[in-house]
Amino acid sequence: MKLSRSNKLIWAFFVLAIFWSCAAFAQTTETAASTAKPAAEQTTAAAAVASASGMKQFVRPTNWWLPASASTFAPEIDRIFYLILWVTGIVFVIVEVMLVYFLIKYRAKPGVRAKYLHGNHKLELIWTAVPSFILIVLALMSQITWASVRYPTHAPTNGMKVEVMGEQFAWNVRFAGPDGKFGRTDASKMSSENPWGRVEGDADGKDDIITINDLHIPSDQPCKLLLTSKDVIHSFFLPEFRFKQDAVPGLGINVWFQPTMEGEFEIACAEFCGLGHYRMRGNLTVDSPAKFQEWLKANAPSQ
Amino acid sequence: MTTYQEVIHKPDAPHHEDHIHPPPSNWFTHYVFSQDHKMIAKQFLFTALGFFVLGGVLALLMRWQLAWPGSVIPILGSHVQGFKDAGGIMPPEAYAYIFSQHGTIMIFFVIIPMLVGVFGNFLIPLQIGCRDMAFPLLNALSYWCIVPGAVIMMASFFIDGGPGAAGWTGYPPISRINGLGLAGFMGTGLTGQDFWIISLLFVGFSSLMGAINYITTILNMRAPGMTMHRMPLAVWTLLVTSVLTLMAIPSVTGALVMLLLDRHAGTSFFLPANEVISGEHLPNTGGGQVLLWQHLFWFYSHPAVYIMILPGMGMVSDILPVFARKPVFGYRAIAYSSIGIASLGFVVWGHHMFQSGMNPKLGTTFMIGTMFIAVPSAIKTFNWLGTLWGGSIRFTVPMLNAIAFVAMFAIGGLSGIFMASTPVDIFIHDTYFIVAHIHYVLFGGSVFAIFAGITYWYPKMFGKMMNEPLGKVHFWLTLIAYNCTFFPMHIVGAGGMMRRIYDPTQYAHLRHLQPLNVFMTEAALILGIAQVCFALNFFFSLFRFNNVIGRVLAIVAGAFGALAYAPLIDMVVAGLGIHAGHATILGIQFEAAGIAIPLGLVAAAWTAWYLVRSKLSFGAASGDNPWQANTLEWQIPSPAPYYNYEKIPLVYHGPYEYSSPHDVNSDYLPQNSPMDAAPRLAEIGDAVGP
Repeated sequence: MKLSRSNKLIWAFFVLAIFWSCAAFAQTTETAASTAKPAAEQTTAAAAVASASGMKQFVRPTNWWLPASASTFAPEIDRIFYLILWVTGIVFVIVEVMLVYFLIKYRAKPGVRAKYLHGNHKLELIWTAVPSFILIVLALMSQITWASVRYPTHAPTNGMKVEVMGEQFAWNVRFAGPDGKFGRTDASKMSSENPWGRVEGDADGKDDIITINDLHIPSDQPCKLLLTSKDVIHSFFLPEFRFKQDAVPGLGINVWFQPTMEGEFEIACAEFCGLGHYRMRGNLTVDSPAKFQEWLKANAPSQ
Repeated sequence: MTTYQEVIHKPDAPHHEDHIHPPPSNWFTHYVFSQDHKMIAKQFLFTALGFFVLGGVLALLMRWQLAWPGSVIPILGSHVQGFKDAGGIMPPEAYAYIFSQHGTIMIFFVIIPMLVGVFGNFLIPLQIGCRDMAFPLLNALSYWCIVPGAVIMMASFFIDGGPGAAGWTGYPPISRINGLGLAGFMGTGLTGQDFWIISLLFVGFSSLMGAINYITTILNMRAPGMTMHRMPLAVWTLLVTSVLTLMAIPSVTGALVMLLLDRHAGTSFFLPANEVISGEHLPNTGGGQVLLWQHLFWFYSHPAVYIMILPGMGMVSDILPVFARKPVFGYRAIAYSSIGIASLGFVVWGHHMFQSGMNPKLGTTFMIGTMFIAVPSAIKTFNWLGTLWGGSIRFTVPMLNAIAFVAMFAIGGLSGIFMASTPVDIFIHDTYFIVAHIHYVLFGGSVFAIFAGITYWYPKMFGKMMNEPLGKVHFWLTLIAYNCTFFPMHIVGAGGMMRRIYDPTQYAHLRHLQPLNVFMTEAALILGIAQVCFALNFFFSLFRFNNVIGRVLAIVAGAFGALAYAPLIDMVVAGLGIHAGHATILGIQFEAAGIAIPLGLVAAAWTAWYLVRSKLSFGAASGDNPWQANTLEWQIPSPAPYYNYEKIPLVYHGPYEYSSPHDVNSDYLPQNSPMDAAPRLAEIGDAVGP
């Protein structure tokens, strides 16, 4: 098959693009494989190191412009983000370079007539098939991660159970306390003194710990949230954890995440909820298990 | 060999009227309640341009607040009541309605009317070779239906409580409670949010009427010889857009009516039981689903985004061949991929709702569709590149804007792939990464297509030429400022900056991004200034404002736009660590004044000299076919007479026969000129063109 010079160039670009995509994918998979120990093992080891030396354990430093990685989700999601960045970056460079090259090479020159052709069937097939293939790969990779972070069948069975209810403009947090059960609530009893509408005298609810904008979790187990809202749609957003879930009134949404770094993090509201949306900040503190137990005891409601 | 007469009198030939209707009888039927599709297009044009200014000012206000939160707003701070009451600054209530109205106005009163109302109306009858739309009265009603919508949206700014402030997406429950309890318009209890709903209902009806008209006209009133595969691609995309409009609008219409009922009739379509707002229980009985609104809204609004890009793609597919002097590459690929985009566009609405609380399995299904919808757009982009390959490219203002469309839409489309991936969307949903994507496809895509379309068809609309050099100055000022404004949004979004927040400095994880916010605002201000050049060009050419004052104003506008880059250059240079002198000029702090100010002055001087040297002339008579184009509308006088075609043309071939070997003396071949010395007539019907 005789290829003209420009056809050869086009082929070369596509081959390079596929090669680079595979290389980038391989590189990121390698990185992930080397850091992908079972989550529990990793955090136990991390917790051991942290509690032994009092140091914070970092999974990955801040990369480029993404925030620090502070959960098990973060490296997985970042890996896909960077892969897409590589793929789209290469396609972007190819497209824009070709564009500028054509604009210069094929600018109007006196006496030169444009080429009269209506298309090329083979090229159409190639540039339909190649993007489709790349997107199928991206979709499959994304689905694997999506299922592992959101499908209920993949959620951990154990974990620190917390209920979070967004309201205009604060995050109400409730822990079950030593009995592990949440007390009954009744919406008709909701008021500013009783944001959860707790039922007076309920046995399970006596040891519930209620805070506002103050979420503490231990670093050695997953955190299982039941997320809801009292009034309008809010969104519970933890940037460093790559965690976001809309809090919807009328829905109780079960979500989970597992911290890999101790420290204090911001909870942001990421769905417009009214005038105070911009200041609906909360605090998430990831404590070592020992410190977390201390915090629980210190905040237990007086009997 | 059949003759023209035999063709048009064939029993099953489309009914072409040999007679021409009498002209409009008075000023009212000529300019106001016109049924002429070209006049209606111009009515849409001026309405949309006015709203473009308003939407842009709202955006600049937002950017000002984001860069310098809590600072005094210049000019408006001492004149707008809401700002005055807060001491000259923008209160959070104002920010809420400003971002809501910016989105609503830009989408429903600028982009859709411009692409569908202006270019749909203007181009369809002209490019398919007929005298007017199938339903001229319905066409007039389509414009006059958007006018009450526009009036109501503007009126909402002056009502107690302000305009709708629940975002352009209007999610309940916040859109249900917005303005609750206020006296409202003349004590009726109807507040800005209600006006927002009613206004959008009018806009929806206007779009529906237009869609019915366009589909009927395109399918039934093409000139003899104009098969579907000989239509210009602008008409193809407008046909697909109209089908999208027709099928999607009922969904949002229903949702809007249901929201209005929830607000005022005690229904609970979107409200669950036990809604507690600020300690008060809502009176609605509950039992509704909050997510229902999102499904109904996005079932329309996702096709809406394709409505907002497809006509632009079609126009660019028409303009590139004209100035590359070669046929479009892959006509059928571009036409069929438009159908592909539209079809897939109906099954991906859930990608706006990945984190909304819907079943995660739906996240999977919508992700697959969303990934695939990138493919038709990729096909188109490569076909446009193929159109440029081997061409003889003339860099006129329409061509520059069309090329910018290709370049910028590529970026916007690629950034969409990040959010198509559901797990990545967990992080970037409702951050500025999304805002960056939106603006790359809407401004980088649709708006550049609009600039290309206006500058290209201006001679046909008005019989005058816009000024080329000023058009090029506007183009470059806009392109650079636009990229400086919107590209950093990818970066702040990936850093975790949320959307719709009044003050980003409240969050520790965002403070390091604040310099980028300042950079983007300065670039946005330059972007606003640059549009003055376009406005001057448009109106001076229209009124042939060809005197010293006009020229001086144009030169000053261009030079000032270039000079305004000095603060931006300063930020970049200082950001690289080069400090070259501290200065404060007009309240703007310079860290590298020694470099930035001379560069700004050089840019201003060069722009001024370039414009002076070109002997600016506005509104020169354009002649019938200033671009030497093939499509039918360029074969009649400019401006087009009200009856379009004195004799309905006969179409011999497709619209992209440029540099054809059939005529070596010319590099274009109008559609109504036969290709060979012996004319051959195509079969009437769906025969394939050359």
